[in-house]
Amino acid sequence: MITHPVLSGARQVVTLARRRCRCASLSVAGILLALAGVTALSGCARAGGRAAATRVTVAGSTSVTPFAEQLAEEFMRKRPGVQVNIQGIGSSAGIQATETGAADVGMSSRALNQEEVRELHPVLVALDAMAIIAHPDNPVRNVALPQLRRIFAGEIRNWRMLGGRDAPITLVNREAGSGARGAFEELVMGKGGSPLDYRSIRQGSQGAVRAVVEGDPNAVGYVSSGVLTPGVRALHVDGVAPTAEEAVAGRYKLVRPFLFVLRRGEAPVGLARDYIGYVLSKEGQETLVHSGLIAAPKEALPWKD
Amino acid sequence: MEGLRERLIARTLLVVACSVVLALAIITYFIFRAGLPIIFHLGLDDFLFSTRWMPADEGGSYGIGAMALGSLWVTLGALVVGVPLGVAVAVFSAELAPTWLANLIRPAIQLLAGIPSVIYGFVGLMVLVPWVRQHLGGPGLCVFTAAIVLGIMILPNIISISEDSLRAVPPAYRQGALALGATRWQTIWGVLIPAARSGIMASIILGMGRALGETMAVIMMIGNSLQVPRSLLDPATTLTSNIGLEMAYASGQHREALFATGVVLFAFIMILNLIANVVSRRRVQA
Repeated sequence: MITHPVLSGARQVVTLARRRCRCASLSVAGILLALAGVTALSGCARAGGRAAATRVTVAGSTSVTPFAEQLAEEFMRKRPGVQVNIQGIGSSAGIQATETGAADVGMSSRALNQEEVRELHPVLVALDAMAIIAHPDNPVRNVALPQLRRIFAGEIRNWRMLGGRDAPITLVNREAGSGARGAFEELVMGKGGSPLDYRSIRQGSQGAVRAVVEGDPNAVGYVSSGVLTPGVRALHVDGVAPTAEEAVAGRYKLVRPFLFVLRRGEAPVGLARDYIGYVLSKEGQETLVHSGLIAAPKEALPWKD
Repeated sequence: MEGLRERLIARTLLVVACSVVLALAIITYFIFRAGLPIIFHLGLDDFLFSTRWMPADEGGSYGIGAMALGSLWVTLGALVVGVPLGVAVAVFSAELAPTWLANLIRPAIQLLAGIPSVIYGFVGLMVLVPWVRQHLGGPGLCVFTAAIVLGIMILPNIISISEDSLRAVPPAYRQGALALGATRWQTIWGVLIPAARSGIMASIILGMGRALGETMAVIMMIGNSLQVPRSLLDPATTLTSNIGLEMAYASGQHREALFATGVVLFAFIMILNLIANVVSRRRVQA
């Protein structure tokens, strides 16, 4: 055999590469095996899980999400091993997901419309006073409801017209389809009233609305009274502060329902039922009240306990 | 045996390469299938040029005119910020900077390209928005703010391609110009930049595509207002940011209209890429 140094070097390289190749294919096979094992295991776990219902998916309103999450955490602490999966995807999407069965329970921060109510059963879990928020430096402390309507319709465009500074109003809205916007349209603008000003700024979450108002001395927006911070001031509406007491007494008018929605004709079973039961329990309601919401008036459950 | 193996590897790579084309084909097919029907239903004119976008209207009003103008303004603004800055950096790094500095600038630019857009948006929101509100007026969430941040975001695209094309200019051009007594600046402005023109143009067009397609940073900074912006300090919305903001809640016709917006964007980006390809190919012929 002729052995030229370059050739033998090349051969060495080839052998090495081959060996490495084999190593690689071995390790690939190993990974595949491991993956198969894991899949099989998780498959077992899932199959076992379904029988005992250790998972429930709750999806919908981003306004309800933080409260539902808090309650889910408490619930899971009491019931180790179960999984309550909360997804903030918006009221309309959550209602749809419940209709199609993609979610076990839907969350909505607006009342169901006639079409939806045919398919779904709403369960009132809490009431939420919607706060109209402005910057703390803004001298305006109170608006009348008709004024508020005209502000958000884009007819009142300067704070001077409300007794404030001579500065243009920065309107901050939510986007179409959001429960907060739907509830605001219903409560403030009224059915068939003037539409919300299309020139307004739109933000994708309550946190984003609050952040804009915190930064802009001329901004006004609306958020759940449960998420107020010292960085913003909640305006009085018709002279009434957006507190739980005023809302319960019926004096503060901008109150929207927080709903769980369920498919009609199907009593929730197992975990979904236990979770809703926990949310409506005395303890669950106390948590909600503590977070700034208003306890739901006693209401018959859609199923018999 | 070896031959079989070679062929096997070549085939595998072929399949992998084809899957990329297939992915593009699938994306194209689904966007057009979901978006085209409503464009025909509404009429192309009404869809493109009406500025009324009100999904809540009776029957829904879907006109993307205002957003298209928003996209146009923001993209042009980004180019006004990004192009002079980007080309200047490319010239400096390719022609003037000592090697050690050029070696510092290049990875820094690459790093700039790797920062997630949500971070750009966040920094813009925290730094630029309050500054604009205090010193220029308006809510701060506006076309101007978004354009500046987008201008910075497209810098890596512009710089890296422009710099490559400047470096690709044959040394004889440079030497000839200097030998004729041109100053360094005259050489750069009169010889090198014209010689690298096609590459620089291609970089600008690709940067334009990036600015047009950016979503997250724009959602955070532009205010998402559905009006036609009448000044740089007005909030507005763009095609992408409106899709990003509304898609989560949209259903039915509203959702279709958002896909149709995607069709329009897709067409824009395709055209821009095509132009960039044609422009950069001309260099080879020249």
